[in-house]
Amino acid sequence: MDALLDIPVLGFILQFLVYLVNVIVNGHIAPIILGLATPIALGALCGVLNERSGVVNIGIEGMMLFSAYIAFMIALLVHQAFPAEPSSVFGTTPALIMGVIAAIAAGVLISLLHAWLSISVRADQIISGTIINITALGLTSYLNRLIQPFDSAGTFESFRPPAALVNLPGIGWLFEMFTAVGPIAMSVIVFVVIVQILLFRSRWGLRTRAVGEHPKAADTVGINVIRLRYRNVLMGGVFAGLAGAYLTLEATGSFQNNMTAGRGFIALAAMIFGRWTPLGAFGGALLFMASQAIGVAIRLAPPASDLGAFLAGIQQTYPSMYNNFFTGLPYLLTIIVLAGVVGRSIPPAADGKPYEKESST
Amino acid sequence: MISRPRSYAGWVLVPALSILLALLVASVLIIASGVIGRQRELDLLLPLVAYRSLLVGAFGNLRGIANTIVAATPLMLTGLAVGVGLKAGLFNIGATGQVLLGGFAAALVGTQVADAPLFIAVPVAMLGGILAGALAGFIPGFLKAFTGAHEVVTTIMLNALIQLIVSGLVNDIFRVPGFSFARTATVGNAALTGFGGTTIHLGAIFAFVCIPLSYWLLWRTTVGFEIRAVGANPTAALYAGMHPRRMMILTMSLCGAFAGLAGAIEILRLGYYPAVFGTSIGFDGITVALLGRADPVGILFSALLLGAMRAGAPLMQIEARVPVEIIDVIQGVILIFLAAEIVVRRIFRLRTTPEAGELQTITRTYGEKVVG
Repeated sequence: MDALLDIPVLGFILQFLVYLVNVIVNGHIAPIILGLATPIALGALCGVLNERSGVVNIGIEGMMLFSAYIAFMIALLVHQAFPAEPSSVFGTTPALIMGVIAAIAAGVLISLLHAWLSISVRADQIISGTIINITALGLTSYLNRLIQPFDSAGTFESFRPPAALVNLPGIGWLFEMFTAVGPIAMSVIVFVVIVQILLFRSRWGLRTRAVGEHPKAADTVGINVIRLRYRNVLMGGVFAGLAGAYLTLEATGSFQNNMTAGRGFIALAAMIFGRWTPLGAFGGALLFMASQAIGVAIRLAPPASDLGAFLAGIQQTYPSMYNNFFTGLPYLLTIIVLAGVVGRSIPPAADGKPYEKESST
Repeated sequence: MISRPRSYAGWVLVPALSILLALLVASVLIIASGVIGRQRELDLLLPLVAYRSLLVGAFGNLRGIANTIVAATPLMLTGLAVGVGLKAGLFNIGATGQVLLGGFAAALVGTQVADAPLFIAVPVAMLGGILAGALAGFIPGFLKAFTGAHEVVTTIMLNALIQLIVSGLVNDIFRVPGFSFARTATVGNAALTGFGGTTIHLGAIFAFVCIPLSYWLLWRTTVGFEIRAVGANPTAALYAGMHPRRMMILTMSLCGAFAGLAGAIEILRLGYYPAVFGTSIGFDGITVALLGRADPVGILFSALLLGAMRAGAPLMQIEARVPVEIIDVIQGVILIFLAAEIVVRRIFRLRTTPEAGELQTITRTYGEKVVG
């Protein structure tokens, strides 16, 4: 083994892989990966619900951003009106709960705009989504400048799983990954499984897929295409809203302009990577964001041997580029995945096509 | 989108009404800003005060008019960067990244030719920006043509990547000492300075020339016809012996070149490239293109309109205490009304013409097969 690791380039790559596996299993990095992947996975769920019923949603980014702002502001207002001690479970306060509810409402509200533009008005769905992104960015920046909050309602706290379970050899890290996180991150796996089951095992799921593949046929057998699409887009808004709430009420505790930073688009790529299935999209989200978490891992637990020396050398000479490299990896992976997978990953047949019921005259 | 409008009156009406409606919606927000902002009072006339200072700031005196033209200059180019793409059925929202790369390249080339005479230094630095922008447009165009990766997602990702790469390069390699922040060396003679005591600079001429140039390209040349044909129906274009893939790559590169020139102009005006270079001209280009219906003449007027808003906003912020970010909100609301053209027509009881709903089928989803 040691002889193998001494081969020039291959050895380096092997060393890195060994290090990666080691840091994920023993480095307590798994919860960070889930945390980074949470808004991506929730955004991808929003995308799956939309696109399975034939509505393209480029506006997830804007929905997330707007919800993040609303979540933060509502939580702050409630916090200032009714200050309360954080409870022992997740550090929950009434303010945080109200913030999450408001975020979901905001997500649904913007989804309504997207649904109206793309289903009823039959506007170009990609332009509709882009307009939502532009408007959300402008509106949140405007409000943020206007009010400039110096206070915060705090954040949800992460759960502390019993040490005995975390330290289980081999699988402890998996257990830690899904429990040593806040409530929204913890709920993601539940939502993913529920939507996966409903989409492929329920009457609603069958109808959704029918409308997304062949709306005319679905209409012929008595499914209300317009109503089903509206319902799905609005339900997608719930997940986009939750993703926004995660950013301000669980991950950071503050709001910055354009804090979504392209996550809505990475979510779309995760959805395409997962072939429009919730489980696949979740896997994509984990994979994309793991690349960003590696940067954190190397900082927390630098690899030993010449690999560590090599990385430390780069960081010393090019600190900014070194940091930006890890920040940029998910974006790069998104492009690579789109370029490599999209040809073989087939979207719902009616995706992006407005449905017009033929008049009965 | 392939044919010229039948009458300009009907063609201009809906954008104009959308602007009007957006200003109405924004006035509600402005009144709200009076209530929750620093003044804490309900002032129903505040929107009038704000819009008045916006107008005065943009057109009130020679300096205001000059500022409007300077602000409109890059917007014409980013408007073309989005608009020409729309003609080919491509939605280029990567103008931001193309602007950054173009500006960065112009700064690097500019420092190399800093001592050359002005009439060599400026065009050479601009050419650097144009080529770099074209490269930034080529990548998503190539990916779209040969893998089907949707340009909306790839260009947004490239925006983030280019920003990270360029700021990393400036911080680690091209930083010059002696300043409190990371920036490149000065571009010397390649800098764009105002003439006649105003802020208007040479770049404005380049931008104004690009408008008739792209009009000629789109409507008077074979390439332009192919671009529009591919935008209207790639399959039909293929069977007519055209090359949809080649056209997609060419169009995206051209779009990137326009945005790259815009970035070059902005950076050469500044004189150096700062590691943190925030600019809204990339996203403003989307508004300009959609408001101008992807037509060069329309883009010229929407760029002037948006430039006026950008130039007048600071005075509005001082006099009416309305944050300049209100311009971003107004843009978004204009776009919502434009997209809902049918609704605007219904509000004003206009007849629905064949041109109505032009925004409906410009772009293609990633569901569509790659043709070519």
